[in-house]
Amino acid sequence: MSDTFEDDASQDHADFFTGVGSAHKTTEKGTPAKRMPAFILGEELADLADHDPRIAVMTADLASANRTVEFKDRHPERFFNFGIAEKNMVTAAAGMAASGQVPFAASFASFLGILCAEQIRTDCAYPNLPVRLVAHHSGISMGFYGTSHHSLEDLGMMRTIAGLTVVCATDAALLRSILRASMDHPGPIYIRLGRGRDPDVYDAPPSDFAFGKAIRLREGKDITLIATGAEVYPTLGAAEKLAAKGIQSRVLDMHTISPLDGDQIRAAAAETDAILTIEEHNITGGLGSAVAEVLVDCDRLPFARHGVPDEFAPIGPPAALYAHYRLDSDGITSRALELLSGKRK
Amino acid sequence: MKTETHTPNRQQGRNISTDFLADRAKFVRKETVRLSRIAGAGHYSSTFSAAELLVALYYAKLQIKPLEPDWPDRDRFVLSKGHAAIGLYPILADLGFYDAELLDQYTRFGSPFGDHPDMKKVTGVDFSSGSLGHGLSVGVGLALAARMQARTHRVYCMLGDGELAEGQIWEAAMSAAHFELGSLVVIVDRNGLCIDGTTEDVMSVEPLTDRFESFGWKTRRIDGHNFDQIIETLDALPPAGVGRPTVIIADTIKGRGVEMMEGALNWHVGNLEGEDYDVVMAELDAGLKPPTWEHPK
Repeated sequence: MSDTFEDDASQDHADFFTGVGSAHKTTEKGTPAKRMPAFILGEELADLADHDPRIAVMTADLASANRTVEFKDRHPERFFNFGIAEKNMVTAAAGMAASGQVPFAASFASFLGILCAEQIRTDCAYPNLPVRLVAHHSGISMGFYGTSHHSLEDLGMMRTIAGLTVVCATDAALLRSILRASMDHPGPIYIRLGRGRDPDVYDAPPSDFAFGKAIRLREGKDITLIATGAEVYPTLGAAEKLAAKGIQSRVLDMHTISPLDGDQIRAAAAETDAILTIEEHNITGGLGSAVAEVLVDCDRLPFARHGVPDEFAPIGPPAALYAHYRLDSDGITSRALELLSGKRK
Repeated sequence: MKTETHTPNRQQGRNISTDFLADRAKFVRKETVRLSRIAGAGHYSSTFSAAELLVALYYAKLQIKPLEPDWPDRDRFVLSKGHAAIGLYPILADLGFYDAELLDQYTRFGSPFGDHPDMKKVTGVDFSSGSLGHGLSVGVGLALAARMQARTHRVYCMLGDGELAEGQIWEAAMSAAHFELGSLVVIVDRNGLCIDGTTEDVMSVEPLTDRFESFGWKTRRIDGHNFDQIIETLDALPPAGVGRPTVIIADTIKGRGVEMMEGALNWHVGNLEGEDYDVVMAELDAGLKPPTWEHPK
């Protein structure tokens, strides 16, 4: 079982479509259940919108799942539900942005990043418009909903688009940092989220957050673990387990995939003995590939990409999938030990 | 580089004579032929079908300020069929958005002017286009932004008939009616042809009026080469505000104005050179003759 998603053992996925956790549900029909504490998207955007008239929020029939319904409640005149029509939503967001608004368009990553890749490239990035694409339930976090609902390719697709900032939220606090920082950013941003129940890494939104600047969470010399998004938390757990074996890890939260923080990668290559990337994504095209592109200009050192191999994930609850792909702290620990013992693949 | 605003050399306003508009449509067609020769290829026939519609909008209807191109209350125009940009560029120069001499660099390396329009490079272009099927969604976003900002301008969007096969058009049509975007006006350049044949052979779009009506739109169907009908229809638009969006289905002829191009599939993209160039320019100078092609029924 995954230490990251222990509560997923039964995968009662009511929260996917209602935005609430089954543990908090009442039995009475129509009674609002308590929302998952980590999914702060709607609340934070509503707070920002109290002081910024440019913000508009749109979704594609997932207002409950992504909690943008909380924005709707507080700013109904700036909330638009486009129904199950993501392409229209993304292009309309670009139109809004061309008239001075800062629209946040939210849907599952599989339908926002993958289905709408062309709209993101052509309508948002090519004209360099301040559209914010909020891609939630990314990676394999939707578990047994299957490949149609997984997004293991979106980082690779998004990071090849010129001028598109691609950033992954580690937890709720970092999502707040990303949303706040986005208000001063002139171009488009792809914001990749987990499923909103990601364990906290940060006590509070890091005050020095900046796009393209990785956050060094732990210092060590034997290996650098570079993780992004929901994999940062189990990576920190792996660093603890490695430390118990006498291996000291540097841990980087590489929240921004594009533009990538090349300085931190080069520093890791120069100052530590090995590098392992960890991502909830196909190891082709994502964080690991991006880091490799920097390392090709550095002196050789042991390096491996840890993530999902070039395949579609099997059916299963998220916890089982994370364990299968060794994306929990035990799996990351063993993968790091393999790398340090000379096993690259 | 982005084009810079330029002193306007043409009047723009509502009470402009049909003769003047016809002269400007001739200008658009001749510029299309001239610029295509610079590029070595051009979308002649898709631009010729839209010439009267573009001219009527820009010289007689759109509330715009060429010397203040970012005026927030201006009417917006989205050329969803971006391959007709070669007809839009000369109009924008003529109205004073930029120096007409810039057009001599059409499609040459580093030019602001490509086959499809780039809003970041060409002053007066409200949105980039080229990938068919997107423009109506852009219009939805522009109209929603106007509503949030309590502005009363209109948003015009010109669609080709071939691109109506794109599913996103109908997503956008559904949402425009749902959001009651009464400020949104679509003009369909119903020229009858896409690249591989007639729309009805390749992917039928009719009954077009019924389809838009069933999506909750107000509809008008007119002769898209008849200035009187175009102007009358544009003048009769309902007030911009909350209400049903409007579609004007303009029956046109692909290649209109050059006999060998009218209804001809092989002139979607082409190149006129040498004697052919001179012959076509002379034909355009002589003015429009009765059309030589009709939509297949």
